Amino acid sequence: MATQSVIGQKNNKGQAFTDPRHMMFEAPRTPSFFTGSEVIKEAVRRASCDMMVAYPITPQSEAAALCGELFAEGYIGDYFRGESEFAVMSQCAGAAFGGARVFTTTAGPGTMRAMENFPMWAGARLPIQMIVTCRGINSPLSIQPDTLEISYLMQTGMLVWHAETAQDFYDWILLGYMVSEEPDVHLPLALCCDGFFVTHTKDMVDLTPVDMCLPPYDPYRSPVPCMDMECPPVRMMRDPFVMKSNYISYATHASWQQEVWAAVERSRKHTIGWMNGLIDTENTDADIIVVASGTAVSQSREAIDILADEGISVGLVKVKTLRPWPGEEIKEATKNAKHIIVPEFNVTGWLGREVKATVPNNERVHSGPHVCGGMTMPPEIIASEIKTILGIKVETLSGRGS
Amino acid sequence: MSKERIKIAPELFDIMPPEYQDLVEKATYGNETRGWKDIGSAKELIEEHSLCAGCPESMAFRYILASLPNPEDTVMVGSTGCTSLVFPHVAVHNIHSLFGNQNAIASGLKRALSVRFPDRHKDVVVLAGDGATVDIGLDMTLQAWFRQEKFTTICFDNELYANTGGQESGLMQKGFVAKMAPVGKTFEKVRLPEIARESGCHYVVNCTVSKPNLVEKVIKNAIHIAREIGPTYLQLYTPCILEIGKNSMEGLQEMRDSEKPSERFAYKEYVSEPAKELLTEMAAKEKERKAEAKRQLASQTV
Ligand SMILES: Cc1ncc(C[n+]2csc(CCOP(=O)(O)OP(=O)(O)O)c2C)c(N)n1
Ligand code: SF4
Ligand SMILES: [Mg+2]
Repeated sequence: MATQSVIGQKNNKGQAFTDPRHMMFEAPRTPSFFTGSEVIKEAVRRASCDMMVAYPITPQSEAAALCGELFAEGYIGDYFRGESEFAVMSQCAGAAFGGARVFTTTAGPGTMRAMENFPMWAGARLPIQMIVTCRGINSPLSIQPDTLEISYLMQTGMLVWHAETAQDFYDWILLGYMVSEEPDVHLPLALCCDGFFVTHTKDMVDLTPVDMCLPPYDPYRSPVPCMDMECPPVRMMRDPFVMKSNYISYATHASWQQEVWAAVERSRKHTIGWMNGLIDTENTDADIIVVASGTAVSQSREAIDILADEGISVGLVKVKTLRPWPGEEIKEATKNAKHIIVPEFNVTGWLGREVKATVPNNERVHSGPHVCGGMTMPPEIIASEIKTILGIKVETLSGRGS
Repeated sequence: MSKERIKIAPELFDIMPPEYQDLVEKATYGNETRGWKDIGSAKELIEEHSLCAGCPESMAFRYILASLPNPEDTVMVGSTGCTSLVFPHVAVHNIHSLFGNQNAIASGLKRALSVRFPDRHKDVVVLAGDGATVDIGLDMTLQAWFRQEKFTTICFDNELYANTGGQESGLMQKGFVAKMAPVGKTFEKVRLPEIARESGCHYVVNCTVSKPNLVEKVIKNAIHIAREIGPTYLQLYTPCILEIGKNSMEGLQEMRDSEKPSERFAYKEYVSEPAKELLTEMAAKEKERKAEAKRQLASQTV
């Protein structure tokens, strides 16, 4: 049977739809010095998005506005500002139900305002991509970096990834669509980063060629029908809205939820293929291992260097995906560790809890340091946490009072 | 979607579900003159429902579905409430997602369909209760109108929250004693039709569903105007007989009583200037079509 392929065809901006493997792994890369927000724009430029809905909230406003420029230039099918994050996420849902590849960005209170939508997205199997540039959600009002919102997203049935650097961000935005649009996954992706640290700092990022873009989304590969009246609708709804109080209804809802979480798990194999594993590891033979995600990884690397100078060997596990949760991988990477340190940019230590629930002998897990509300995490406080655990006397850190 | 597309291979015909066979053989897809008179004579897009016996929402549903000008390319958006019990039985694509977000869903949907099918008409029709439209979803109802989103919003106004057991809603009449309004509602019925006009709707009608031909007319007008010009709004009285203490047979009379000239559902209509022009054009075309049909008939009989 003859098959049709769009690979090699050009879009109306002259970009060639390119095999993503070639585009991401083989095509030449151009090093560029960009802010995280600009990197988001450059990734979206190459992502063949049909639709973006925007709403201002620091620290994602700049990225959302830059994507508006992309629309004005003709790189995105449609773009508008919604009236609130709750509405925006429903507008994204409507577009995805209608077969569009959808992109949006939010942060902190915006994520919380929109929360009711996220389990709905997952249940309706809408592969929307949402960038979350995390910020504080506490009262009194804060706009500072803080990753607490991620812990809420982790229970929604969405894929949740946590980028460390602008380079992660660039690659993962593009790869994210490849994973989340797989027929056996077909789930939304929350691609999180630590606000300001990633969005507002400049970094060297290797970009793929600007004349290449992802193949368009094919809504007819979806495991549930696209709501566009292009296939016969015989008493059929998109979601199993079995609003009855009987056993069949309960069983339908139960199996539907189980299927969503099974799809999260099925995303593993695609993610491993595209991103070389759900975690990255360094020096896991060490007695002490730091497990971290987001920019806490960068800070931990610096702490590890400080300790290496003092003759203390520390390994590192960078957790890239939080959903699916790389439990087996973390268990394996930390199997020889006597101490597992989990530094985080939030007050509750949600990552520490996940790690504790994963590894055997979890008294080895030291959840902390925890910084929040916009506080930075100097490598010295990670180093001093580790030394304290090892029973090494540490100087009081300057500026913290005594 | 053309009717061609739903055709069943002859070898497989007998094993397809009877609803599907009916849809292929008797659906009024592709028939521009379809309307409420087809009810009972052609395959309907809804037959069963799980509403209370005699609920006027069920009549309204049948008239509306029979009157969609382009069901083969229409997607409906619902919301949580009694209407959401019906949608699983409706043979056009329809979306239920959350309570109150229907006009946001429809905004995204309509735009996505316009991006994906730039040369075709894909109509989007929202159908939700008064709680969904006026209370929890008011922001999104109005904002879609401000933005001039090109779809029709239909509100089944039963003047209360039926699905949760008869609580006060913004469209309830002042003084009505209901759950959560234990001493009677203290403020007036929200004047959404007027708000709709001021918010940029090009066609607004407030009426009951007692007359199927009237429902057909306003549905067709609303959808055509939304397709060509901008947002349209229909507020249809579909009394909740259960909560106002009526019997199954009394819904129709209740509607007739409340559409009398001095009553709150007396027929009211607003049509914007561009919409008037469109309706005039459509009427001229319809006249021409009928004249042509007559000529054809005459030439055949000669
Ligand atoms: C966020 C949220 N809040 C509340 C509800 C509960 N709820 C379900 S249906 C409904 C009332 C619907 O009233 P209306 O829109 O007037 O529709 P009706 O049932 O009267 O046709 C409510 C309050 C819900 N499902 N979701
Ligand atoms: S509760 Fe009221 S609105 Fe709902 S189906 Fe029954 S009569 Fe109709
Ligand atoms: Mg109601």
